[in-house]
Amino acid sequence: MQNNDNSAAVIRVMLAKIGLDGHDRGIKVVARALRDAGMDVVYTGLHRTPEEVVDAAIQEDVDILGISLLSGAHMHIFPKVLELLKAKEAEDMIVAGGGVIPDDDVKELYQMGVDKILLQDTPPQEIIDSFRQLVAERGAR
Amino acid sequence: MINRIPSMELAERVREGHLRAIARLITRVESGGDPEVRQALAELYKSTGRAHVVGITGVPGAGKSTLVTQLVHEYRASGRTVGVVAIDPSSPFSGGAILGDRIRMGDLVSDPGVFIRSMATRGTLGGLARPALDAVDLLDAGGFDVVLIETVGVGQDEVDIVRAAHTTVVVNAPGLGDDVQAIKAGVLEIADVHVVSKADRPDSNKTIQELKAMLMMSLEPGEGIWRVPVVPTSSEKHTGFGELMAAIDRHSEHLERSGEITERRRQIALTRVVKVAEEIVRDNFARDSRSQTEELLKKVTQRELDPHGAAVTLLKAMKETIHESH
Ligand code: B12
Ligand SMILES: Nc1nc2c(ncn2[C@@H]2O[C@H](COP(=O)(O)OP(=O)(O)O)[C@@H](O)[C@H]2O)c(=O)[nH]1
Ligand SMILES: [Mg+2]
Repeated sequence: MQNNDNSAAVIRVMLAKIGLDGHDRGIKVVARALRDAGMDVVYTGLHRTPEEVVDAAIQEDVDILGISLLSGAHMHIFPKVLELLKAKEAEDMIVAGGGVIPDDDVKELYQMGVDKILLQDTPPQEIIDSFRQLVAERGAR
Repeated sequence: MINRIPSMELAERVREGHLRAIARLITRVESGGDPEVRQALAELYKSTGRAHVVGITGVPGAGKSTLVTQLVHEYRASGRTVGVVAIDPSSPFSGGAILGDRIRMGDLVSDPGVFIRSMATRGTLGGLARPALDAVDLLDAGGFDVVLIETVGVGQDEVDIVRAAHTTVVVNAPGLGDDVQAIKAGVLEIADVHVVSKADRPDSNKTIQELKAMLMMSLEPGEGIWRVPVVPTSSEKHTGFGELMAAIDRHSEHLERSGEITERRRQIALTRVVKVAEEIVRDNFARDSRSQTEELLKKVTQRELDPHGAAVTLLKAMKETIHESH
């Protein structure tokens, strides 16, 4: 009865694909892993704009907004998303990313304010654990 | 750690239509609703009752999410704002869920007159009706003119949710054969409007005719009685959604004109009160009375006490522990 314990709210995650990137294998793997770990996963589908995703994430009030990027557009899309979250006073939302991103860019993205990046070959359990930890560190909201 | 805004403060913002406040309070009611949250909801309940609530049900794949998307466009074109609560099943194993209704609704966001919230059915004990209908209240209090609830028409909780709507729309896809029969048997009585979706498909005419024939049989003669319309829709051909909105509006006018709205409101109140009472009892069994339950179960298995006697004992003990704010 893990979900009847009122003290532990179910973790809500939005998984988003933004732009022309049509690689959706990885994000579906992540979605299933998180669901099997008891989380609620809102999947946006392909080809969203940063504006659509940020508005949807706010309405869904997710703990974590996860963006999967294999198109190489990450240095353009992450800053845009962070900027929109700030403009809409939702910068307390945890932002995570995954896909294909070079190491140097990963460093820079962390400096910009992305909370977690998990790339190729990350075992699903590691993604689950780090999401739980991110939400625990943030605290009740 | 982040700054937690008190629920009462959020409630004030909900009344001003503040979308983030609505979103956050839905999260809090969904995760159980501690006394502070219940108090805010009780306060906001006074500001509800203005929205027209439409329940949309049908088997998975019937075309509900697609229809909701098109219907929202129609309402927006007619100048009304729309809130949507879209419910998807949870995994029976983990309790987690992949909520995919939004995939079809992507083009609706970035319009402040539309608010979409996804919700999971949760585990068997959790109870879906209370949080879903609390969410409807929050959207109502937030000033949305119409609130649509999308849910699959299986399971008592889902049926109860659509019963808590002013207008219930049942979505039938063509060619579902026996499935469609099964769902019709259960929800035929509760449909105020029938939709035959995917009307672009050649087999849709058969489904339309079947439905009409069945509705004719159950039709009581008389003046001023609501005749359940059958509305064909197609997202491929972009047809039928204006007619569907018109049918829902006609039903709303019918409720007002005939005075049936009073009975409907009473029915909704009944459903909700009973649902919450059930949830409190179940929740209490699962948590507060667990130790006592074990003791009683032992007595029942050893034939010292019968099940009915044990239940009465438990309920009596529960009276002491239930707090108003549950
Ligand atoms: C399979 C594949 C395809 C398939 C995609 C099928 C599908 N529906 O997904 C097809 C053949 C269609 C395809 C097409 C293309 N591809 Co391709 N593709 C790949 C390939 C070989 C594997 C991707 C994959 O599925 N991996 C398996 C999954 C499970 O791993 P993953 O996605 O990385 O996800 C894991 C982690 O990253 C993480 N993760 C992922 N998302 C998220 C999100 C969050 C929040 C978190 C926390 C974690 C996380 O968790 C997952 C599990 O560990 C990669 C090469 C590679 N090494 O990645 C190229 C690759 C991604 N493709 C590439 C290219 C260029 C293309 C094309 C443009 C080719 C072309 N010229 O037509 C097209 C573009 C298609 C499009 N519309 O976007 C390049 C991208 C280059 C770049 N980024 O600069 C790559 C890197 C190949 C290369 N080395 O050049 N591709
Ligand atoms: N041909 C056709 N397909 C449709 C129509 N409406 C929905 N669909 C398809 O039916 C499937 C299920 O639709 P969805 O809206 O997700 O159904 P839901 O599970 O009831 O919410 C999708 O593949 C849709 O594209 C329609 O009017 N015509
Ligand atoms: Mg759906």
